[in-house]
Amino acid sequence: MSLLEVDDVVVQFGGVTAVNHASFTAEAGRITGLIGPNGAGKTTCFNVISGLQKPTEGKVRFDGKTVNSTPVHRRSKRGMARTFQRLEAFGSLTVRDNVRVALDIHRGLAGLVKPGRADIDALLERVGIAGYAQERADSIPTGTARLLELARCLAGDPKLLLLDEPSSGLDETETDSFGDLLKDLAAEGRGVLMVEHDMDLVMAVCDVIHVLDFGQVIASGLPTAIRSDPLVQKAYLGYSDVEESEMSDETRHDLPAVDVTTEIPVVAGAVGTREAGR
Amino acid sequence: MSVPILEVVDLHAAYGRIEVLRGVDLAVPKGAVMALLGPNGAGKSTLVKVISGQKKATDGDIHLGGVNVRNAAPEELARIGLCTVPEGRSVFPNLTVQENLTLMSYAGVPAEAVLETAFTYFPRLLERRSQLAGTMSGGEQQMLAMSRALASDPALLLLDELSMGLAPLIVDELYDTVAQIASSGVSILCIEQFARTALRVSDYAAVMSGGRVVASGEPDEIMETMSDVILGGAA
Amino acid sequence: MSSFVSFTIFGLVSGAAYAIAASGLVLTYTTTRVFNIAHGAFGMVMAFVYWDFVTRQGFPTWVSLALVLLVVAPATGWLVARFVTKGLGEGPVSVALVVTVGLFVGLIGLAQQLWPPAARYVAPFWPEKSFQIGETFITGHQVITILCSVVVAVLLYLLLNRTRIGTAMRASVDNPELLKLFGGRPERVASLSWAIGISLAALAGVLLVSVVGLDYYALTLLVINAYAAAMLGRLKSLPLTFAGAMALGLLTSYASAYLPTEGLLNSVRNVVPALFLFAVIVLMPQAQLRIGQVKGIVSAPLPSLTKCLGWAGALLAFVALLAGWRSEADLLLVGTAATYAIVMLSLVLLTGYGGHVSLAQLTFAGVGALAYAKLEQPNLYGLLLSALIAAGVGALVALPVLRLTGLYLALSTLAFASIMDKMIFQADFAFGFNGTLPAGRLGILGLSIESTGAYVFTMAVFLVLVAFGLLLLRRGVIGRMLIAMRDSPAACGTLGLDIRWFRVGLFGMSAGIAGLAGALFAGLRGTIGSADFQSFNSLPLLLLAVVFGVTSVTGAVLGGTGLMLLPVLSSGDPQLGGLLFAIIGFGAVFAGRDPNGLANLLFRLGRMGESRLGSQIRAKLPVLPGRGEPDPDQGPVDDGSVEVALLDNGSAVGPVDGPVEPVREVGAHVATRG
Repeated sequence: MSLLEVDDVVVQFGGVTAVNHASFTAEAGRITGLIGPNGAGKTTCFNVISGLQKPTEGKVRFDGKTVNSTPVHRRSKRGMARTFQRLEAFGSLTVRDNVRVALDIHRGLAGLVKPGRADIDALLERVGIAGYAQERADSIPTGTARLLELARCLAGDPKLLLLDEPSSGLDETETDSFGDLLKDLAAEGRGVLMVEHDMDLVMAVCDVIHVLDFGQVIASGLPTAIRSDPLVQKAYLGYSDVEESEMSDETRHDLPAVDVTTEIPVVAGAVGTREAGR
Repeated sequence: MSVPILEVVDLHAAYGRIEVLRGVDLAVPKGAVMALLGPNGAGKSTLVKVISGQKKATDGDIHLGGVNVRNAAPEELARIGLCTVPEGRSVFPNLTVQENLTLMSYAGVPAEAVLETAFTYFPRLLERRSQLAGTMSGGEQQMLAMSRALASDPALLLLDELSMGLAPLIVDELYDTVAQIASSGVSILCIEQFARTALRVSDYAAVMSGGRVVASGEPDEIMETMSDVILGGAA
Repeated sequence: MSSFVSFTIFGLVSGAAYAIAASGLVLTYTTTRVFNIAHGAFGMVMAFVYWDFVTRQGFPTWVSLALVLLVVAPATGWLVARFVTKGLGEGPVSVALVVTVGLFVGLIGLAQQLWPPAARYVAPFWPEKSFQIGETFITGHQVITILCSVVVAVLLYLLLNRTRIGTAMRASVDNPELLKLFGGRPERVASLSWAIGISLAALAGVLLVSVVGLDYYALTLLVINAYAAAMLGRLKSLPLTFAGAMALGLLTSYASAYLPTEGLLNSVRNVVPALFLFAVIVLMPQAQLRIGQVKGIVSAPLPSLTKCLGWAGALLAFVALLAGWRSEADLLLVGTAATYAIVMLSLVLLTGYGGHVSLAQLTFAGVGALAYAKLEQPNLYGLLLSALIAAGVGALVALPVLRLTGLYLALSTLAFASIMDKMIFQADFAFGFNGTLPAGRLGILGLSIESTGAYVFTMAVFLVLVAFGLLLLRRGVIGRMLIAMRDSPAACGTLGLDIRWFRVGLFGMSAGIAGLAGALFAGLRGTIGSADFQSFNSLPLLLLAVVFGVTSVTGAVLGGTGLMLLPVLSSGDPQLGGLLFAIIGFGAVFAGRDPNGLANLLFRLGRMGESRLGSQIRAKLPVLPGRGEPDPDQGPVDDGSVEVALLDNGSAVGPVDGPVEPVREVGAHVATRG
């Protein structure tokens, strides 16, 4: 049995279908990637899983139980934790106090007596932002704030981590150590479900990848399989001529100053053939 | 060379203390279609917000047809001929199709003319004129949004992620409309993640990253640059 | 049978008037997201203006009517939209509520000032005419009222559906940002809808005035009926609002006709609208947690323990001095000020820290007083139990609305206050109709505190204790959670905090503090009645708390003193009462955007004084002498550092002014913590 099962979920806003009969799973001890172009419905899926959005149809099962009617905070108590694409750090508290609040919430009344200073430091240390402990959370860089959100999640010792674009805002070395951290977390037996645009990271750390396109899961599998899946190629390119999409190392240097290469999900307008693929 | 319709000079903008635009320079020649590409978080949408007056710039200048319009109100810009189609649903969901079209006449064209143009281009809208816009499909909603661009004959059309959440067939259809508008001589700045489609209709292209324009040129050159960035490379 | 028909007609007529008022309320709320608590107050003032035109100026009826409905009221609405409510809709609900409560109180003050109490009469329209339906008669005025509501409905329908500006009004409900991109002007839309909204309030006021009478409060409070009707339409549907108004009109009419004239049920008839409002709010569907809400709260450093102790000591010394020196009457005033200050501390917790607004804080104090008097246990046990009872009642009020957002919580407190006022407090088991109850003075550990001086000192001790408690709370786990919740409710939820119950707890605790104040007040006065806790007075209390600073202990102490002085000042000159109300009300309209209030201003002055003078003084005095006992009368500039200490006490959570401003303060904040 999977730790998380998203079963045939549909979400409609007005006339727009954001998630269209999506089904996928995430396992304990594994890193699961959820990728897809902008507007594919990834964040909406996260909102449904964490309880911020009621699905129009379908079920979410977590740890063996259907959680559709479980309120947000109780899902967290059962072991779910998430970060946000648009940051939701407590801006007027310090980084340390952000984590302290998370610990206090997690411990409930017990938190009133336990000081837990060491635990806070350990968490900050673990995600690598101990140096920012005294800064106000609205004055730290985006990447750091994302790591802070992760530290806050870890305060609750979750079974499942939902990470929404966790590496955006991190530089290359930071991304590398972040990848190692994710592997550590999975090795502890936690499930990690990650929406991510950095394909290098996704390919390097994920055990399994689901590709979401127009609210549907169009492919699931191992990174190697996903990489060569013609359907995925279509979703990302619009055309199945893979050659055109292949790297040419010289052109990479055409972009001075900033390395944009790994983050751009270039998706070209597609032709009708992809419809048949469904 | 004539005055560019849009000229952005060393534009800066920030959310709180985090600077999102760090000196953007960009020029759209009169009558040209320019595609603006770039990764998430590059600042494309922020740039659209600043140009359209929805967000204040912290530094730099924006010239529209040679006139400095930095920090002008969005409704004023709309009335002098800037037509912005923002990201996501850019129609009023609880108004009927016809009411949506009526409001488009604020840009200076009589309501009857707006209705006529829209229904000629998109007969489907005529069928649904008294339906609430929010109950139409995403593609139909974008058609409705594009009607504003068609009907108001703008000096500059600003399109932000037209394709978001739409089926590719419909995206193609929409870009046919964009090409049509372009052929009537309207200048267009089009922000897009579907690089190939956008480049198909554009005369120039620019790439944004980290709050700056890092590359610009002919569509072919840019496409070459962009095509190496798919699926982490080793496809 | 004929009586049923006539009650039905009467109900429909009142319903028609409510519908007119409520549709104006819905119009202004949907287009600007500002819920106009003062809607009824505008109707009341316009009714006075109408009376003035007809009676004092001697204009013909139709000229006066046209002037009021087409000139004065729309112009007022336009001005309010332009200068008062502009931009409020995007801010926190609590600010918008405080500002419109300010208008509410200010307008009542203005009316009292311009038209001092006197017997006034407004004739009904078409008085000589009546029609017969079966065995019952319907007056010309009633026919006109019903016709007016029909005309209003038709005109609103045409405006909103057949004109471009009306379409733009509906569009700005959907998405004002997009309307701007279309070239529409949301500000113009807002001005127009307020002009129409106030005009509709005026029409309702003019139609009702011949029935209700020209009274400052009666007309103003009729607005609860409009709230209730508007709430049935979820504040957006005009047809449902009309239906709600008619249903409410009929319900009220039947209630007064068929309810028994004895016992508790008798008083139910007075509170039908409030009960209706409460019921509708409770039945509203749950609000979802939103992502990406208002953020960026300015945090100022909390005071050190020694500073707190110093100022607590100073306050107690000051009160002790007064206790031994002033007359009995003056001491009662000091005790009253302490009561109000404690009630305001309850608002510091709820509004200042938590961001919620209660319009019934004095009613909770009344619950505490009632419990204390009824328990007849003039000791710590009785006092504590009274506070707990008030806390329980507070939690009960918050419980049904815990799923909803701040506006509904505030409105349900208003309904609650009205129900307590007209039904519970007046009941035989409580104070009785216009009655009072005796209450003994508190004894602590068998030691009875009989003298007023000692009792007032005891109250000051409680004030200090509550203040300490609050500051401790603010520094601790709960304080951090409160801030976290204001920064990002969604993150708190996903981290496992049950926001709804947290809110109920907060509300209960706040009500408990108010109840404690009420119980102490009962002991101070010896006899206590419902007149001491009239629901309306919760509004000036809230306003003064905000004007003086609802985020700080200092603000609460100053505000309590100010509220105590209000009746004292106006007793010398009754004319002054209205003026004071107007000043407080309109003052709050402008101060309401900054909940740090005057206390924060003093804080800044103190800091300026310290930075300008402090360094000079220190430079001139190489050996700093031990500071004397701080004197409250001393100006902030004389001894800046001490003044800073006082204000440090409180300015705990700043307003949601935006994330840019606090940057400079961050450094200091971090430094003091480190």
